[in-house]
Amino acid sequence: MFDQLDLSKLIFGRLTWEAIPLHDPILLVTFAMVAVGGVAVVGLLTYYRLWGYLWREWFTSIDHKKIGIMYIVLGLVMLLRGFADAIMMRLQQAMAFGDSAGYLPPDHYDQIFTAHGVIMIFFVAMPLITGIMNYVVPLQIGARDVAFPFLNNFSFWMTASGAALVMVSLFIGEFAKTGWLAYPPLSGILQSPGVGVDYYIWALQIAGVGTLLSGINLLVTIVKMRAPGMKLMKMPIFTWTSLCTNVLIVAAFPVLTAVLAMLTLDRYLGTAFFTNDLGGNAMMYINLIWIWGHPEVYILILPAFGIFSEVVSTYSRKRLFGYTSMVYATVVITVLSYLVWLHHFFTMGSGASVNSFFGITTMIISIPTGAKIFNWLFTMYRGKITFDVPMLWTLGFMITFVIGGMTGVLLAVPPADFVLHNSLFLVAHFHNVIIGGVLFGLFAGITYWFPKAFGYKLDPFWGKMSFWFWTIGFYFAFMPLYVLGLMGVTRRMNHFEDMSLQFWFQVAAFGAVLIAVGIAAFLIQLVVSFLRRDQLRDTTGDPWNGRTLEWSTSSPPPPYNFAFTPRVHDIDAWWQMKQHGYQRPTEGFLPVHMPKNTAAGVVLAVLSAALGFALIWHMWLLAGIGLLALLGATIVHTFNYDRDYYIPAEEVAAVEEERTRMLANHG
Amino acid sequence: MSEHSGGAAHGTFKGYMTGFVLSVILTAIPFWVVMGGVFESSGTTALVILGFAAVQIVVHMIYFLHMNFRSEGGWTMLALIFTAVIVFITLAGSLWVMYHLNVNMMPGMMDAVHQSP
Amino acid sequence: MAETTYNQTGHAHGGAQDNAEPLRFHETEEHHPEQGTLLGFWLYLMSDCLIFACLFATYGVLGRSYAGGPTGAELFDLPLVAMNTSLLLLSSITYGFAMLEVQRNRLRPVMIWLAITGLLGAGFLGLELYEFAHLLHEGAGPQRSGFLTAFFALVGTHGLHVMFGIIWLVTLLVQLRQRGLIVENQRRLFCLSMFWHFLDVVWIGVFTFVYLMGVLP
Repeated sequence: MFDQLDLSKLIFGRLTWEAIPLHDPILLVTFAMVAVGGVAVVGLLTYYRLWGYLWREWFTSIDHKKIGIMYIVLGLVMLLRGFADAIMMRLQQAMAFGDSAGYLPPDHYDQIFTAHGVIMIFFVAMPLITGIMNYVVPLQIGARDVAFPFLNNFSFWMTASGAALVMVSLFIGEFAKTGWLAYPPLSGILQSPGVGVDYYIWALQIAGVGTLLSGINLLVTIVKMRAPGMKLMKMPIFTWTSLCTNVLIVAAFPVLTAVLAMLTLDRYLGTAFFTNDLGGNAMMYINLIWIWGHPEVYILILPAFGIFSEVVSTYSRKRLFGYTSMVYATVVITVLSYLVWLHHFFTMGSGASVNSFFGITTMIISIPTGAKIFNWLFTMYRGKITFDVPMLWTLGFMITFVIGGMTGVLLAVPPADFVLHNSLFLVAHFHNVIIGGVLFGLFAGITYWFPKAFGYKLDPFWGKMSFWFWTIGFYFAFMPLYVLGLMGVTRRMNHFEDMSLQFWFQVAAFGAVLIAVGIAAFLIQLVVSFLRRDQLRDTTGDPWNGRTLEWSTSSPPPPYNFAFTPRVHDIDAWWQMKQHGYQRPTEGFLPVHMPKNTAAGVVLAVLSAALGFALIWHMWLLAGIGLLALLGATIVHTFNYDRDYYIPAEEVAAVEEERTRMLANHG
Repeated sequence: MSEHSGGAAHGTFKGYMTGFVLSVILTAIPFWVVMGGVFESSGTTALVILGFAAVQIVVHMIYFLHMNFRSEGGWTMLALIFTAVIVFITLAGSLWVMYHLNVNMMPGMMDAVHQSP
Repeated sequence: MAETTYNQTGHAHGGAQDNAEPLRFHETEEHHPEQGTLLGFWLYLMSDCLIFACLFATYGVLGRSYAGGPTGAELFDLPLVAMNTSLLLLSSITYGFAMLEVQRNRLRPVMIWLAITGLLGAGFLGLELYEFAHLLHEGAGPQRSGFLTAFFALVGTHGLHVMFGIIWLVTLLVQLRQRGLIVENQRRLFCLSMFWHFLDVVWIGVFTFVYLMGVLP
């Protein structure tokens, strides 16, 4: 029994040389590019001796600002991967008509649309949202860090490990071919015996731990660490939306964890949750995953609403119109988002009573959302509007999102949904709200807070280029999909017979190219801004004449954020301070209590990724060792009681002195 | 201790014992109801024991987990109520939705379920 | 300073409090934000609660899908479940006694009560494993039917939690020995106490919804 073959099975599981996709030229070229790029990056980092710096100052950092930036970098890198998938799909669908099979075999094409969805939601939108919340929330509430700084670092590395597993699937084995939610029975072991679904499961489970913990972390931060005087109804609106988003994260992600665990048991142990035989019920998976899935949509959009609110009021030089109604609308959306999940599967056949209930709740949820649009419009009304790049994104959002919202209400009508279910109309709808809402919000937020994080503004010319290409590209790419959907074209098709449809797909592909230019413009913007950083420098810490506390700090803020904890009397705390001619204190500094950096987060996350990889490939020996190592490392970590230190008062004084000098030179 | 643990509530010996005695009673009765076959109808039995479970959960929350509206500024209670609502939505919603699915899509099998012992 | 020049749009607010005494805009003393661990751990428990909600919902949907296999009425051994229930309930009260000793700041009794709690938990786990082994032996494993799948998943997840609780408890005993009842350890004891009582609450749902209702005709 214990002969050579079994030993190699024990160690390598089902991993063999065949798992390396040498037969696929597209993947080989990609691999070559990634390898060359990777070697170049590693080489440069080594040449400039940056490894130690990265490790000490970033990877092991528990500073919420650095972790926030790392999240955003992760999100942007994954955006490139997710977009590469998107443009490959658009090309395939524009080509594959009649006799032409296109350039992607179905097997590969299916992996691409799955990876596109998974990456864009879990590894682009989520890290970017979490990153911005991480960076901004503690600053907005006048705190020095989050409630659990180590957990914050750990959460980031878990998310990064999940992303890494998805990337590994590109070159070792395959990714799921099931669509981004991996419905059984297709994702069951009978229909998907390969490693694709297992990559999907473990990537999401590992990243999910990070997401859940960061949700708890930010919740406690907002509840416990607000500056004195900042009552709930005096919190900045972005903090409010972050609070609600994190409530949703804590109350929704466990459902995803549970349902994926059940799918895992079905695949690994042969249980009968979602099987066709033995009394399983595949629709239960779909039911449960949408109980997570619908709140997830609001997890993404609520912080974007918060960003737009901050941007609108800053660039209109006015207090946000209807702050209270905005807060209540956000809270109502938070609760209602749990009552609409069935609209994702009206067609499963629950009958009239169930469908009408969920149809009506879905229409109701559009009311608070609509109210927000009016709040933004009234904020702009008679304001002194500056059309800076974040404001452009906001205006683009307001127009685009309303269209997406209306097609959403249309889909909420069950009879209409019966016709449009899983059609390209649906695809156009959710891209309309996710690109027009979430992504525009993220770009607005990144542009708005960039000077805070790096000390110089982003170059407005390339920002505007990016905005216009994205917006026009979006309309070119997705309006044709509405048309096609109404004509009855279903999603995820690899090939079409009807030549008359090809025109619309070519228009959509053109739109995708415009979006590619938009992304390129954004990247160019980063480079150009870095090169022009001396002209774009923000010495005041308040480049936009902002209203909330983050603008009272220097750009970038010192590690401790605030030398003295601010005291808040008003919603627009910093605006009020400016109105009262507030003078920054220049003496009397105290030592600042801060958490220590730690490598534990990286270690635990790497162990988790290794464990995930072992489980994907059925490497039971490695999996066992990995599990024990993970458990052991966690326990060892709890024996470390020495987790904080004081920044001496002299150091604080020196940093603040430097800022005083900078402000004096400026003024 | 109370300053260090963020104002969380603490138990007393009397509190723990009250909770324990109540729990024993509230556990024993449902077991007796089911094992002794007290009620004819399964529906009645199920409702009664679910009622006892609900009461016992509240007892545990009060006497063992020390839930009240004051600790942590009321946030633990708020979180608990919110979670209870979501748990209710998840449970009741799933059962409702899946029941109707079975009624509509597998009428034959539903008869079997109703008739099964 | 640059900020004071931006006065042009004060119409929304500002100036309203000009007559009052000058507002203070920062704390001059060191500001201690409240400790968040207990709330954070409670939120984690709430999220865990939702994992159990999903498992309960799945059991509710699949609980009567016997696929021609054994039913709950045929399989469940209620006296054994009653035994298990009392072990867990007892462990809850002994943990409570440990917490009372924490309030009195007496290390040794704390550790003794904790050890008793751990033993009761281990007894619970032992009985549960015995039950599982028995079911597997009778061919009623989790692969047999939707009902058994949902049963093993729900009860097994609870059991896994108890196991992690015991590992945590042992770790904490070592840490108590090393450092005594310092603030950090008190906090950890408090978190574990919430975890332990929470598992007992979940068990109320399990014995009612799964076992007692499972044997009903």
